[in-house]
Amino acid sequence: MMPRAKLAQQKRDAVSALLDGRSLPAGGAWATKARKAAEARLRDMGLPVRRDEYWRYTDPRRLTEATVQPGQLHPQGDDAPVFDAIDRVKLVFVDGVFDPAASDAPELAGVEITPLAEAARTDLHWARDLYGTLEARSQNPVQRPLASLNTSYATEGMLIRVTGVAARPVALIYQRKNEAAEAMTHHLIRLEQGAELTILEDGPVAARYNQVMEVDLGEGAVLNHVRTQGRDHERAGVTHLFAQLDAQAQLKSFTLSANGALTRNEAVIWLDGADGAAHIAGATVGDGAFHHDDTVFINHAAPRCDSRQVFKKVLRHGAVGVFQGKILVDQVAQLTDGYQISQSLLLDENAQFLAKPELEIYADDVKCSHGSTSGEIDQSQLFYLRARGLPEDQAKLLLVLAFLSEALEEIADPALADDLRDKMEAWLKRRG
Amino acid sequence: MEALDESQLREGVDRETVETVQSMAGTYKHGWETEIEMEFAPKGLNEDIIRLISEKNNEPEWMLDWRLAAYRRWLTMESPDWAMLNIPMIDYQDQYYYAKPKSMVDKPKSLDDVDPKLLETYAKLGIPLKEQAILAGVEGAGEERKVAVDAVFDSVSVGTTFRKELEAAGVIFCSISEAVQEHPELVKKYLGSVVPQNDNYFAALNSAVFSDGSFVYIPAGVKCPMELSTYFRINAENTGQFERTLIIAEKGSHVSYLEGCTAPKRDTHQLHAAVVEIVVLEDAEVKYSTVQNWYPGDENGKGGIYNFVTKRADCREARAKVMWTQVETGSAITWKYPSCILRGDDSQGEFYSIAIANNWQQADTGTKMVHLGKNTRSRIVSKGISAGHAQNTYRGLVSMHPKARDSRNYTQCDSLLIGDKCGAHTVPYIEVRNASSRVEHEATTSKVDDDQLFYCRSRGMDEEEAVALVVNGFCKEVLQELPMEFAMEAQALVAISLEGSVG
Repeated sequence: MMPRAKLAQQKRDAVSALLDGRSLPAGGAWATKARKAAEARLRDMGLPVRRDEYWRYTDPRRLTEATVQPGQLHPQGDDAPVFDAIDRVKLVFVDGVFDPAASDAPELAGVEITPLAEAARTDLHWARDLYGTLEARSQNPVQRPLASLNTSYATEGMLIRVTGVAARPVALIYQRKNEAAEAMTHHLIRLEQGAELTILEDGPVAARYNQVMEVDLGEGAVLNHVRTQGRDHERAGVTHLFAQLDAQAQLKSFTLSANGALTRNEAVIWLDGADGAAHIAGATVGDGAFHHDDTVFINHAAPRCDSRQVFKKVLRHGAVGVFQGKILVDQVAQLTDGYQISQSLLLDENAQFLAKPELEIYADDVKCSHGSTSGEIDQSQLFYLRARGLPEDQAKLLLVLAFLSEALEEIADPALADDLRDKMEAWLKRRG
Repeated sequence: MEALDESQLREGVDRETVETVQSMAGTYKHGWETEIEMEFAPKGLNEDIIRLISEKNNEPEWMLDWRLAAYRRWLTMESPDWAMLNIPMIDYQDQYYYAKPKSMVDKPKSLDDVDPKLLETYAKLGIPLKEQAILAGVEGAGEERKVAVDAVFDSVSVGTTFRKELEAAGVIFCSISEAVQEHPELVKKYLGSVVPQNDNYFAALNSAVFSDGSFVYIPAGVKCPMELSTYFRINAENTGQFERTLIIAEKGSHVSYLEGCTAPKRDTHQLHAAVVEIVVLEDAEVKYSTVQNWYPGDENGKGGIYNFVTKRADCREARAKVMWTQVETGSAITWKYPSCILRGDDSQGEFYSIAIANNWQQADTGTKMVHLGKNTRSRIVSKGISAGHAQNTYRGLVSMHPKARDSRNYTQCDSLLIGDKCGAHTVPYIEVRNASSRVEHEATTSKVDDDQLFYCRSRGMDEEEAVALVVNGFCKEVLQELPMEFAMEAQALVAISLEGSVG
C-alpha cells in the first residue's frame, strides 16, 4: 500500500494537473477573495480518491477526471417535471447556466434574488460574508475538496436573501440540453430572523455537475427544501448542502432520487443556536447501473436541538446505495435529541447497500440513536397481500411504496409530499 | 483523588458512583511489581534481536525465516491512523522485546526451585497455591480443579497446568514456543493462516517478535474436559509484550478459553501487541473470553498499557461456531477488534463486549463479522461506558458477501456516558452485497435513564441501589455470556468501576 505522504502528494499533483491552464473567474473584490481562498484550500487538500475514508464506498474518479463523460439526453417528456401544480417563482438553469428568459421575474415580497454571475461582478454584496464561508467550515474534520473546487470556479447560482415570510416557494429548475456539459452552481440562501421560505429543486442539471448550496438561517427562521433528482441515467453529480442554524431555526431538507450513474448528496449542518431543528431525509429508487450516496454530517453545537435523518432506498438490477451519516454532539449540546435511520430494500440479488452510520458524542445528557437495516421484501407481508387477491407485482409495489413513504413523511407540506409520492409510484411502475 | 466539581454531578448519578468511577485507576489492584531477576535482550528492534528471540526459544530455521519476513514487511508499513485514538509517537527502538525471569531459564523441577517472588505474583493474581504448585510442575495437586492455566510472564510462558489430564483427552495445551518444538507440523500449517503477517502494522510487529503465548489443539470430536485459561502479566519495565495465541478446533470439537491480563503501575507507557488466531473446523465450537485489565494509567493519564491486539477466528467449515466475549476495563489505549470470518455454510459468530473507559483512557474496540458462506449468522452486543475524560468508541464491520445468501446479522451497540467530559462514539460499517441477507443495526447513547431510576425509587430502592440496578442491567446481556470462571472476576471489575459505591 502506498505510504500516506506519497498519496497526499499524488492528490495535490492531481489538482495541479486539473487546474493547469485554468484561471479563476473574473469578478469583484469579495468574489475574487473567496475564490482565491477556496482554490488555496483545494490545492492543499488535493483531489479525493477512493482510498480516502470519506470516499470508501463511492469512487470519485468520474467527478474528478479532466474530461466529462458525455451522457445521453433523456427523451423529453419521459420524466415530467414535478411541482407543476404549485404556484412558485421559477428560476431556470440550462446546463447549469441561468436563463432569465425562461424564468419568472425574480420578484417576491420579502425575498431578494440575485444571480451569482451578476452579484460577483460587484464589489459589495451581502453574499460577501457567506460565500465560501460554510464550505470552508465544512472542511473540518472531513475534507471536501470538490466543494472548494466549486467555490473557486462556480460562476452560476442564485443568491437568495429572505427578510419576511415568502408567500410562494422559489423553484430552481435545471434543464439539460447538451450531452457533455459540466455545470457548477453555487447558491446562497440567507434567512434573516423569523423569515420563512420553501425552496424547490428539480431537473437533471447536466452530464456532470457539482453543486453547493450555503444556507444561513437566522434566529427562528424556517427553511423547507425539497429536491428531486429525476430519471437521467447517465448523469454524474455531487451536491453539497451546507447549513448553519441560529437559535430556534428549523431546516427540513428532503431529496427524492431516481437513477443517475453517480449521485453523491452531501449535507453538513451546524446547529449553532439552542432549540434548533434539522431534519434531513431522502428516498431513493435505484435501478441498474446506478450509484447513489447520501453523506450527512450533523453537528450539535448548542443545547436542546433536535436532528433527524431518515433515508430509505429501494435498489434493484445492480444498483448500489450508500449512506454515511454522522451525528456529532459537542460537550455543550446537552439535551440533544439525535435520531438517524437508514434502511434499504434490496429487490434482487445484485443490489448492494453500504452504510456507515456514526455517532460521536461528548455530552452526557443526550438521547441519540441510530438504526440501519437491509433486507429483501418481507415474505410474510407479501403472502398476506397475495392471500387477499393482489397479484404479486401489485403487492410488491404496495410494499415498496409503504417502505418509501416513511421518508416522505418528513416533508412539511403535504401537497409537495403527494406530488412526490405520485412521482415515485410512476418511476417504480416503469421498471427501469 | 481529584476533588469533584459539583457541576460534574448530574441528577441520577450520585456522587459516590462518580467518585468510584474516577478512582478506578487509583484502585487498580494489580499495580504491584514483582522484583524478579530478569534476563533481557538488549533494547531496540532489528534483525539481530529477532534472531536472538528465535535462538532463545530454540526455534527451527523456518520459524526464524517467518519472523524475518514479517519484520521486513513491518518496516514498509505505517501505523494505522483511522481509529478514534490519540496515539503518541511510539519509539520502537526504546523497548525491550524479550524479558524472561532468570529462574525460568532452566525449568523448575519442584516448587522449591521456583523463584519465591514468582509464587508471590501468582498469589497476588489470585491463583491459589495448589495451582502455583501445578504451574511449577508439582504433580498430584489440585485434582478437583477444572481450569487448566498457562501463565505468561513478560515474554515467556512460565508453566501450564493439567497437561497430563488434557493429553489423555488428546488436547494439546502448551506454550506456543513448545508447540513450535513439539508440533511443528500444526504450527506450520496454521500460524499466520488467519492473521497473515502483513495483515496490519501491529500484527506484522507481533509476527516478527512474539516471544510466547498459548497453543491449543482440540482433536476431532473432543469436548475439552476443562476450561483453558491463560494469564498474561507484563512485569518488567520498558518491556513490550507480544504474545501469540493459536487455537485449532478440529471437526466437532468444543473448547472454552479464558484470558486475563494485568500489569504493574508505571509512569511510562508499555506496549502490548498480541495476535490471537482461531481456526474452527466443521461443527466445532470455540468460546473465547477475555477480561482485559492491563494497567490503565493513573487519574491524570500518566502511564498505562498501549494495547494493540489483532484477534480473529476463521470458521472454515460448515456449522463452525465462535463466540468472543470481552470485558475491557484496562489499558491507556485499546485498539482491538476480535473478528469472525464466517466462511463455512451455516457458521456462526458472536461478539459480546463491555468496554469501560475512565480517566484518560481511550478505547477503540469492536468486531468484524465477515459473512462469506450461505446462511451464516452473527450477533453483536456491545456496551460501552465512558467516564472521566475517557473516549470510548465502538467500531465494527458487518459484511455480507454476494455468496452469503440468507445470512443474518443483528447488532446492538449501547453507550452510557457518566460526566460531560468524556465521549462515546459508534462507528459501524455495514456492507450488504446480496438481497436475501438481513442486517439490523441499532445503537443508542444515553445517560443513566431517569425513568428507570424513578421506577426503581418509587418501589422503595434508594438512589444507590437504583443506579446499581440500572447500570448492572445495562451490562447484564454481556455479563451473562461469560463463563462461570470469569463472570465473578468481570462482575467484580464492573463493580469497582460503577457499582462499587452501592451497598
